[in-house]
Amino acid sequence: MTLFPAVVEAHLAVLLIVVPLIAAPLCSLLRRESLAWIFAAAVSVVCLALAVAILGQVMANGPIAYEMGGWASPWGIEFRIDRLNAFVLVIVSAIAAVVMWYAHGSVRAEIGGDQQPHYYTLYLLCLTGLLGVTATGDAFNLFVFLEISSLSSYVLISLGAGRDRRALTAAFTYLVMGTIGATFYVIGIGLLYMVTGTLNMADLAVRLAPLADNTTVLAGFAFIMVGLSLKLALFPLHLWLPNAYTYAPSAVTAFLAATATKVAVYVLLRFLFTVFGTDYLFEELTLNGFLLPLAVIAMFIPSLVAIFQTNIKRMLAYSSVAQLGYMVLGLSFASITGVTATVIHLFNHAVTKGGLFMALGAVLLRTGGVSLQNMAGLGRQMPLTMAAFVVGGFSLIGVPTTVGFISKWYLILAALEDGRWPIAFLILASSLLAVIYIWRVVEVAYFQPALEGRKIEEAPLSYLIPTWLLIGASLYFGVDATYTLEVAGSAAAHLMGNGG
Amino acid sequence: MTEAVNTLLLLFMCVTALTIVRQHNLFAVVMLGSVFSLLSAGMFVLLDAVDVAFTEAAVGAGISTILMLGVLSLTNSRERITFSTPIFPIVLVMLAGSVLIFSALGMPEFGAADAPIHGHVADRYIEKSGAEVGLPNIVTSILASYRGFDTLGEVTVIFTAGIGVMVLLGLRRRTAQDGSVEELPLPGEGNMRHHSVLRVTAKLLIPFIMLFALYVQFHGDFGPGGGFQAGVIFAAAFILYGLVFGIKNAVAVVPEGVTRFLIAAGVLLYAGVGVASLLMGGNYLDYSVLAHEPTHGQHLGILLIEFGVGTTVAAVMITLFFSFARRTRKKT
Repeated sequence: MTLFPAVVEAHLAVLLIVVPLIAAPLCSLLRRESLAWIFAAAVSVVCLALAVAILGQVMANGPIAYEMGGWASPWGIEFRIDRLNAFVLVIVSAIAAVVMWYAHGSVRAEIGGDQQPHYYTLYLLCLTGLLGVTATGDAFNLFVFLEISSLSSYVLISLGAGRDRRALTAAFTYLVMGTIGATFYVIGIGLLYMVTGTLNMADLAVRLAPLADNTTVLAGFAFIMVGLSLKLALFPLHLWLPNAYTYAPSAVTAFLAATATKVAVYVLLRFLFTVFGTDYLFEELTLNGFLLPLAVIAMFIPSLVAIFQTNIKRMLAYSSVAQLGYMVLGLSFASITGVTATVIHLFNHAVTKGGLFMALGAVLLRTGGVSLQNMAGLGRQMPLTMAAFVVGGFSLIGVPTTVGFISKWYLILAALEDGRWPIAFLILASSLLAVIYIWRVVEVAYFQPALEGRKIEEAPLSYLIPTWLLIGASLYFGVDATYTLEVAGSAAAHLMGNGG
Repeated sequence: MTEAVNTLLLLFMCVTALTIVRQHNLFAVVMLGSVFSLLSAGMFVLLDAVDVAFTEAAVGAGISTILMLGVLSLTNSRERITFSTPIFPIVLVMLAGSVLIFSALGMPEFGAADAPIHGHVADRYIEKSGAEVGLPNIVTSILASYRGFDTLGEVTVIFTAGIGVMVLLGLRRRTAQDGSVEELPLPGEGNMRHHSVLRVTAKLLIPFIMLFALYVQFHGDFGPGGGFQAGVIFAAAFILYGLVFGIKNAVAVVPEGVTRFLIAAGVLLYAGVGVASLLMGGNYLDYSVLAHEPTHGQHLGILLIEFGVGTTVAAVMITLFFSFARRTRKKT
């Protein structure tokens, strides 16, 4: 099955990055906002098609290696796409395409003015960066794309200032923390380069193997870990995230929450298992003794904080930090089942959180706010939006027939496989916290009367369709997870070096 | 001898850094930052990394200092002093510093010929780049061809920064329409009119700065230089003009629409060369297929992408400076 002509098929890997990269400057030249939107939306759909074709190619023929400029690695830069990053590429471009269709109405309502064409340029740049980070097989090239995605997301978040000036401080905090993270990453890469003389990830893996006792490697590892943890908002380095998600425009929050941290988790997986390798990290450094407690704390404390939030957007932001805890928990087992749980949760959480934040965007549009009081009686006034919210909430809790259940199931399996039944118990206990914070919203929305004299209509279709696309996906893949599990399972097996 | 100079430079850099930390006058901080950059540029020269030194001098010591001063003209130039001692940050910084010192234990000896970075990939760059790429300047071969995709990414970073600043400063302009903040008219020559010496010197210098920028742009294949440095130097000429003859006159020379177009055009030129090589049957950014002979193709490709880099960098720097300068508060 080929979607594209042979020329395109041969260069799929690079085209996926270059198409949005070229589209961004073109988009910046468009003055009319609806023109910019149609252009960017079309580009995001093309990207999705390319990403799906890449996944198809990787599933059928094995990993793709693409040499930039025709220079063989490690002399040139190489894109290397196996099942894991092909899957992440599909997640990122699918979310980008869905949110882009949603963006039009929400950007017009929340940003307005002459900033709107710029919004689409920055969105395309952010997409370019995230896809580039995911596709590249070169550690320094990753940094360059990380900078593109970070810079554009700082500005995207600050665009929320049209509605609430606090978006500016939120973006600034994120800028400071994100820059420290990126700097730490590049220091780490520099240290590794110093002792190996290479920047190619596969080559790094080979050349690092005999250097297990080297202190420079150890320090490099520490810097990369801390840098990435800042980027993925691993507790307690998550402080930038709640405000950034709260004050950013709805479309930006939905996009970033569903993609940016997921890509950071992917990079973490790549460095832990491909570059450094399980032998070094988990046998020699006993890394899981460090990651496991952090992940468990990350599951609980942010969930507890989420319960006490009155701003629902902030509540979901804290819930994201908790969900990142589950992802790190999965990989800390360093087993195929554990990594499968992490990989599948990347997808599951992306569709769930993306859908939830889009539903909140509809609430913001109709009620003018996203605090708990705004939700009163919305169950009857905006039935479809609130139904989407409830289904998404169920998925956060892990109710069967939602994708959240699949993730938790695999996490618990991984814990039991490892003989750690207390951890399995803690996973269940932390889900109860999710029940509490989701229930607070449900109670207000369905069991409280609507505010006196407040007439609210259901959200427009341009909001409902994208929201339900993602929420529908979280139901569909919760009932029939065959395909996602096959991809995630074989990606994990491949990553752990057992072929697949 | 080199060791003595190295030690002295490092010592100066330490002193500068410590002074920056202790200094509360932000104007002094910016100037010291420029000094720090210049010192590190000197350091890079000693390490035989003249291209990096050139960039550091042009970007770190030059244009970023001007941009920071532009920011200070909008804000306050004195730091707000808080009397609490930042214990936690100090501990963190000490920790990060000690990890760095710890890392030094495993490093190859300073300047050792058998260090991994001199062996693995570097051998091919040194031995074969002459035949494969055909440029005397190996650094340009690496940046523009072997790792040309990184450079495309970096130009995109500059582009993102340019768009980002336009958006952020545009946010203020929108509040201006609400009536809360007045949009200021473009600053004219002001009292610069009376500084004949400055005006004459600037007029004399600007053509040479531009000529030098073009030299750096097109001679980058043979000596230190390239699009990044050239773009910055070219922008410096415009900024100097704007400072002395007023932003209004400078904007008349390059209207905003033009810079906005050029910001995008540079990235498009660079990425377009890659697409051309795709269409001519090579991999992305494989310049060898662009002409009949591979090294000719490489030469052509590098010339074009460096020009793209220079265009975007110059246009972004000009935009950044003008965006700041046009909001400068009137000193009363």
